[in-house]
Amino acid sequence: MSKFKDTTLKSKLIRRVHRRIVLAGLLKASAVALLGWNIRKLQIEDSEDYKLLADANRVNLRLIPPSRGLIFDRLGTPIALNEQNYKVVFIREQAGDPGKVLKRLANIIELEQKRQEKILQDMKKRSSFIPITVAENLTWKDFAKISVNLPSLPGIIPEVGLTRHYQEYESYAHIVGYVGPISDKDLESEKPVDPVLQIPKFQIGKVGVEKKLEKHLRGRAGVSKVEVNASGRVMRELNRTQGKSGENIHLTIATNLQKFASERLKGMSASSVLIDINSGDILSLVSTPSYNPNNFVLGISQSDWSALLNDERKPLLNKATSGAYPPGSTFKMVVAAAALELGLIGLNDKIFCAGFYELGSRNFHCWLKGGHGKLTLQEAIQKSCDVYFYELARKVGVKRIGDMARRLGLGQAYNLPLTGLSKGFVPTKKWKKERFGTSWLVGDTLNVGIGQGFSLATPLQLAVMTARLASGKEVTPNIIKNPNKNVGDPKALSIKENTLVAIRKGMFNVLNEKEGTAFNFRTTDKNFLIAGKTGTSQVRRITREEREEGVIKNEDLPWKMRDHALFTCFAPYKNPKYALSVVVEHGGSGSKVAAPIARDIMLFQLYGGIPPVTAYPEKQQLEVRNRLMDIEKKINSRTNINPNI
Amino acid sequence: MNPFIKIIYINWPLQILILATALFGFLMLYSVSGGSWEPWTKPQINRFFISFILIFVMSAISISFWQKISPFCYILGLALLIAVYFYGDTGMGAKRWLDLRVIKLQPSEAFKISMVMVLAYYYHKLPVNKVSHPFYVLVPLLLIIIPAFIVFRQPDLGTALVIIMIGIFVMFIAGVHFGYFLFGGFSFFTLLFILFQSRGTDWQLLKDYHFRRIDTFLDPSADPLGAGYHITQSKIALGSGGLFGRGYMQGSQSQLNFLPEKHTDFIFTTLAEEFGFFGTIGLLIIYSLIVAFCIFSALATTDKYSRLLITGLCMTFFTYFSINIAMVMGLLPVVGIPLPLVSYGGSSMIVIMLSFGLIQSAHVHKNVGF
Repeated sequence: MSKFKDTTLKSKLIRRVHRRIVLAGLLKASAVALLGWNIRKLQIEDSEDYKLLADANRVNLRLIPPSRGLIFDRLGTPIALNEQNYKVVFIREQAGDPGKVLKRLANIIELEQKRQEKILQDMKKRSSFIPITVAENLTWKDFAKISVNLPSLPGIIPEVGLTRHYQEYESYAHIVGYVGPISDKDLESEKPVDPVLQIPKFQIGKVGVEKKLEKHLRGRAGVSKVEVNASGRVMRELNRTQGKSGENIHLTIATNLQKFASERLKGMSASSVLIDINSGDILSLVSTPSYNPNNFVLGISQSDWSALLNDERKPLLNKATSGAYPPGSTFKMVVAAAALELGLIGLNDKIFCAGFYELGSRNFHCWLKGGHGKLTLQEAIQKSCDVYFYELARKVGVKRIGDMARRLGLGQAYNLPLTGLSKGFVPTKKWKKERFGTSWLVGDTLNVGIGQGFSLATPLQLAVMTARLASGKEVTPNIIKNPNKNVGDPKALSIKENTLVAIRKGMFNVLNEKEGTAFNFRTTDKNFLIAGKTGTSQVRRITREEREEGVIKNEDLPWKMRDHALFTCFAPYKNPKYALSVVVEHGGSGSKVAAPIARDIMLFQLYGGIPPVTAYPEKQQLEVRNRLMDIEKKINSRTNINPNI
Repeated sequence: MNPFIKIIYINWPLQILILATALFGFLMLYSVSGGSWEPWTKPQINRFFISFILIFVMSAISISFWQKISPFCYILGLALLIAVYFYGDTGMGAKRWLDLRVIKLQPSEAFKISMVMVLAYYYHKLPVNKVSHPFYVLVPLLLIIIPAFIVFRQPDLGTALVIIMIGIFVMFIAGVHFGYFLFGGFSFFTLLFILFQSRGTDWQLLKDYHFRRIDTFLDPSADPLGAGYHITQSKIALGSGGLFGRGYMQGSQSQLNFLPEKHTDFIFTTLAEEFGFFGTIGLLIIYSLIVAFCIFSALATTDKYSRLLITGLCMTFFTYFSINIAMVMGLLPVVGIPLPLVSYGGSSMIVIMLSFGLIQSAHVHKNVGF
C-alpha cells in the first residue's frame, strides 16, 4: 500500500470524524430543544393547572370548635360552663425515647404502668407527629409541675382545652342534662350535617336543655386554613375565619330554691315543681335521686352506667316531667270545677257518705271506713271524701271531666326544652274502646272521679293545674328566661270566679280547718297561708278480703307496693303567687309525707330563704328547727359556685 | 513548558461555566435544606472547590501521560466494578458503592471515564484502514459490553445503558462504518421487543421492578400515590413554577417535602418551582454552552486521542443532564442519574470534575502535540 493511499484514507477519516462530531452536536442541540420545548409546555402552557394542584397538595382546612353557650340560672349564676381542661399530650417524634419520658412523667403525676404501655402502643399505630393525650383533667398543681419540668420531658406538651362542667350538678342534672361525644346515630339524625360535627369526639347535648337547645348552644365553627407537608404535618396557618360561640341560655330556675328542694327531697324517690303563677316561670323543678352529669362528659364507665340504669329509684328519669302518676285526690278539684261550672251542684248542696258507694253488686269505698256523713263541696275537698266525688263524677260524666282536666292543663305536654316530657293522660270512652275493646263502664267514671284508674298526670301538670285554679288564668310553664319577649298576662280560663273561689276555699280548709287532711301541716304566718290538696294514689288493687280484714298499712308493704304520696298547693292564699306540687313515689299517704315537704319548700320560697320556725305550729317547731338546720348546713357545705365567673 | 504557564491556555469560558453551574447547585441545596448550610450545602461547596483545583492540576499534566495510562485506568475501573460486585455496600437493593475509607466511590460512575479513555486510546492506536474491520469492531464492543453487563447485574440498568450508549457513541465518532450502527439499532429494538415479551414468563429477562418502573413511566397517573407519586409530584412542582417561579425558598412542593430525593436526583424540580421557566431555561443554556465549548475544543485539537476523549467525556456530561431533566419531566423512566454539578453527591461530582480535568488537559495541549 502506498503512503499516498494511506494519507488519503487518513484525511478521509479525519473528515468523517469532524462530520460526525458536528452531526452529534446537532443531535444534542435538538435533544436540548426538545427538553426546552417540554419545559415550556409544563411551566408556561399548563402552569395554571399545576399551580392549583400544588395548592391542593399543601392546603388543608381545619375546623376550630366553637365555644359552647353557657347556661345560667335566673339570677345569672352559671350552671353549665366551659372549664379549662388541663391536659398533656405527647408527640413521639420530639421525644428521644418515649418510654423513658413517660417514666419521668410518672414521677411527676400519677400514671399507671398499664396506661404507659397503652400510650406507647397508641403511638406506634399513628404517625410520629400526631399528639397523643397522656392525661386529662389535671389539677392546676400537677399541670404547673409538668410545665416546670418540661426541659426534661421532650415531646410532652401541656395544653388547655375546654370541657363542659356542671355546677350544682345534682340539683340541675335533670333540667340541664349533659353533653357527650357525638355518636354515629346522632350524626344520622342531623340534616344537613353541620361541619363542626366532623371534629372527632365533638361534644353535643344528649339530654335535657343541652339537647333541646343544641342549635343555640353549639355556635358556628371557625375554619383555619393550614399548610401541610407531604406527611400531613401542619407547617403554618395561612388564614383563619373566626367561628361564633354558642348563645348563652338563662333558665327561670332559682338556684337557692332548687338546692333547698333537692336537699329536702333527698333520700326519697320524689319530685317537686314550683311555678310562679303570674309569669309561668318554673322556679324549681327537682327530681330525686339525681346523678352527676359531669361523669357523662368525658365518657361514663360501664359500671357507673349500669348502676344508674338498674337503680329501682331511676336516677336518670326526670320524674317531675317524665313521671306520670295517677293524680289521686288532687284530681278532685277538676271534678268539682266541672260540676260547678255546669251547675250540677250548688255550694250548699250536700251529699251523704256512708263509707262506700254502691254500684250494682260492687262497692266503691271511701278512704274513711265509717264514712263522712253529709258534706258540702267545700267540706268534701277539705276532708277528701271519695264517695262525694263518686257521686259527682257520675253526674258530670267522663267526657266533661276530661274537658275540664285539659282546660286546667292536664293531658298535654308543654313546649319546654326538656327531654322525655310526658303528656300524662286523660281517658276517654273512645280510647278505652280502641285500647281494650270494651265499653266504658260507670265504674270507670267513678274511679276517674277520685283520680284513680286510667288518668295520669305529671308533677309539672299538677303544679300548672293548681296555678290555673289559683289565678283563673291559662298559666303555661316556661323554663327559659326570655328578656326580649315581654310576656303579657296569660289569657283568662273563662271559669266563673265563684267556682274558683269555692275550690280555693276548699283547698284552704285542707290545711287550715281542724278536719282538713293536711291540717297538721298548716302555717301560722297569717301573710303566708297555704291552700292545697293531698293525694294518695294506689299502685295496687285492694281486694275485698283485705278490705274486710283491714287494709294493710303502707309501712308493712314492700317499697314498690306502697302508695304514691301527692300534694299540690298554692300560696299565699289571699294573693296567690306560687303553685307547687310534690310527689313522693311509694311514699305512703299524701297528707303525712308530701304535705310537710311542700310546706317547707313553699315557705322557703315565700321567705326567700330558710323559713323561721315561727311560721310553723308551736308543737312542731323543735322538729322543724332540727330539720331545717340540717338542710341549711348541707346546702352551705355543697356550695361550689364561683361568683367570679 | 512551565506547568503554571499552561494554565493560561486553559479553556477559561468552560471553567467559568462550570463554576456558574455549581453556584446554581449551592443555591438550590441551600434552599432545599430550608435555608441552611447543613447538611448539604457546605460539604458540596468543599467538594466542589477541591475538585475545581484538581481540574487545574490535571490540565497542567501532559495529555500524552493520560493517553499512556488509559489502558491501566480501564483495567483498574474494571477491577473496581468486580470488587463492588463482591464487596460493595448494598443500598436500595443494589450493590453500587465501594467504601474506600477516604471516600465512598461508585465505580460504575468512574468507569465511564476510563471507558472513554480506553476507547480513545484504542482508536488512536488502531490503523485507520482497520477502523471498520469486523474484528476491530468487535474488540471495542467487548470493552463496552463486559463492564456494562457487570453494572447491569449490580443491578443498575440505567447506568449500564448509559455506559453502552457512551461507548457506542465514541465508536460512532471514531468513524466506524455507518452500516454497523444501522444493524445495531435494528438489533436493539428487536431485543427490546423480546424483553417485553419475556414479561411474566419464567425466562423473564428483567426484574419486576424494572417493568413496574417502565409502566409508571408510560402512565404515571395510573398510580399517583404509589410508584407514579414521584413523577406526579415532580411535574406539579415543575408546572407550578410558571414563568418566574414562586420565589427563592418559597416552593411549596419542595419545601414541604412533596418531592422525593429533592437534594439529589430531583433537585431540578426545586429549581423549576422556585425560579420558574427563566431558571430552568437558564440552566439548560449553561449546560448547552458547556457542551458547545467542548465540541469546539474537540474540533480544534489535532490528535485523535484528544478529539475522541473530549467528545466522549462531553457526551457523558450531556447524558447526565439530559437524562436527569427528561426524567423529572416524565419523559424518561426514573433512573438514578443526578443533575451534574447541581445534585448533592460526592461520587458524581468527582467523576464530572475528573472528566473536565481531562478535557482541559486535552485543550491545553492541543497545539503542543506529542
